Amino acid sequence: MRNLIAPLALILLGVALFFLFPYNLAFATRIVIMVILVLSLDLVLGYAGIPTLGQGAMYGAGAYAAGLFAIHIWADPFAGLIAGALAGAILALISGFVLMRASGLTLIMLTIAVASICHEIANRARGVTGGADGLRGIRMDPVFGIFEFDFIGVTGYWYTFGVAALVFAFLVILVRSPFGLGLRGIHESPDRMMAIGAPVYWRRLAAYVVGGAIAGIAGALTAQISQLVSLETFAFALSAEAMIMLILGGMGRLYGAAIGTVVFMWVHHTAAANDPFNWLFVIGAMVLAVVFFLPSGLISLPAAVTRLIKGGRNGGA
Amino acid sequence: MAGLEVRGLTKNFGGLVVSEDIDFDLRPGDRKALIGPNGAGKSTFANLVTGILEPSSGTIHFDGRDIGRLGEARRVKLGIAKTFQVTTLFPKLTVRENLRLPVLERENRGFRMLRRADGDPKVEAEVEALMAQFDLSKLADRQVANLAYGQQRLVELALTLALKPRVLILDEPAAGVPSGETHLITDAIANLPANLAVLVIEHDMDLVFKVAQSIVVLVQGRILTEGTPREIAADAKVRELYLGGGHG
Ligand SMILES: Nc1ncnc2c1ncn2[C@@H]1O[C@H](COP(=O)(O)OP(=O)(O)OP(=O)(O)O)[C@@H](O)[C@H]1O
Ligand SMILES: [Mg+2]
Repeated sequence: MRNLIAPLALILLGVALFFLFPYNLAFATRIVIMVILVLSLDLVLGYAGIPTLGQGAMYGAGAYAAGLFAIHIWADPFAGLIAGALAGAILALISGFVLMRASGLTLIMLTIAVASICHEIANRARGVTGGADGLRGIRMDPVFGIFEFDFIGVTGYWYTFGVAALVFAFLVILVRSPFGLGLRGIHESPDRMMAIGAPVYWRRLAAYVVGGAIAGIAGALTAQISQLVSLETFAFALSAEAMIMLILGGMGRLYGAAIGTVVFMWVHHTAAANDPFNWLFVIGAMVLAVVFFLPSGLISLPAAVTRLIKGGRNGGA
Repeated sequence: MAGLEVRGLTKNFGGLVVSEDIDFDLRPGDRKALIGPNGAGKSTFANLVTGILEPSSGTIHFDGRDIGRLGEARRVKLGIAKTFQVTTLFPKLTVRENLRLPVLERENRGFRMLRRADGDPKVEAEVEALMAQFDLSKLADRQVANLAYGQQRLVELALTLALKPRVLILDEPAAGVPSGETHLITDAIANLPANLAVLVIEHDMDLVFKVAQSIVVLVQGRILTEGTPREIAADAKVRELYLGGGHG
């Protein structure tokens, strides 16, 4: 029974988002897509401990791949997701061969460099990608051949939500697997992991590729829902924001990644609407408060409160 | 030939020669100790044998096979395992998880993504048995970071044995362990499988004399002498250079 509470709460949150933004389903959809991207980052950074500010590279690759696939080959949404996942995985694999040999700041710089290179390639290859004008003319077939993508975005939302749920379920299984335990081991102590005979380099590469595939799926969804891919998908700001959302929610916790994203985007949205000039201040204050008072992220709030109440009782006794 | 065979092993860091022309054998069932003053190059020697460091020259054979250029993980797979001078564990994982990982790695299951890490009763039974053997069962679900140092030392020993190694190198297993708990380590070493080849690097002479059949003395990267504990205790050079140096 208890094992069902968390997944049910997450599903309820998804349903709630739908009803909270009836006139802005595009925004609700963007939140869910962002959750997928942040989940991919959680696998790579939170679990495997691979520092990256370039998860947007795989996201963008997935977006362009899915867009081009829909325009030139097949407009089926699920086939497009596979194209996006493959693009993200392949980019992660190729760049990962080099990246996974680096660590620390060098690695972070290199991940940023990969995203900038992708940005530049997409910008130059105007004939294929549309360059700065973006990739236009994406028209998706109905989901399962039945549900047309409507103007309001109802189909788009549930389609995205369904994909996010599948990704989440996959990650829940993955992080509990021997592979997932090994990633935590590498994060904790690469030396010890090597000394028990684990091929640390290949493990990190595998994690990076799986994370890349998931980021690619997020990108593919963006392309399919907004019917447009812009150069912004490769922007540094996206990768950086994803990182902030993850820190906010709690690294190395899948539910943390989901909650951090929803809270960040919601606050961002509300603050920006109420005060177009000072919203960044609100976001900054929120992130600082969490980092300061809840270093393990919002996901640790219930435990922290429990501790506070219990501690208070013990202190009083 | 079975076991480890090291010939002419040399390592320099820039101009500093840390291991010099070392010849060393370790056969199944051996209990050897490597002693020597601080900075003699004992840990470096262990790191060369396990593949953490690459030698500058010399050869390392294991069961007749040249392993001198193999990576660390490959040598572990062949059965060469080591504990570190400074305890090296997975601090935020529980004792049980710390022991589960080496069993899974040994069984080459580390890339499995769709099964539960704790889903195999055989693996779990092995982990339980290891914890029972080292008296860690009560601590099974504690993070190792929260254990006393002596207990962490035992976890590292258990973790290394989970690999079912054939050569075991212990780099100062009693270092940092309160003297009241040293017997836990000594007992654990005394109870190791008989056919395991064991090399203990240690400053604690009580422990060395209790477990070692043979002692190798290393000074400034060179082997000074090798002999039985009795021979070493009686050796004038050793007394002068090492035992008299304030360590005994
Ligand atoms: N990576 C390195 N680079 C340069 N010098 C090193 C390196 N590692 C060790 N040394 C030097 O090599 C020498 C031997 O070090 P080592 O750690 O092998 O000694 P040890 O016998 O294990 O000493 P201790 O008893 O203190 O553990 C020391 O002088 C040390 O400073
Ligand atoms: Mg040493």
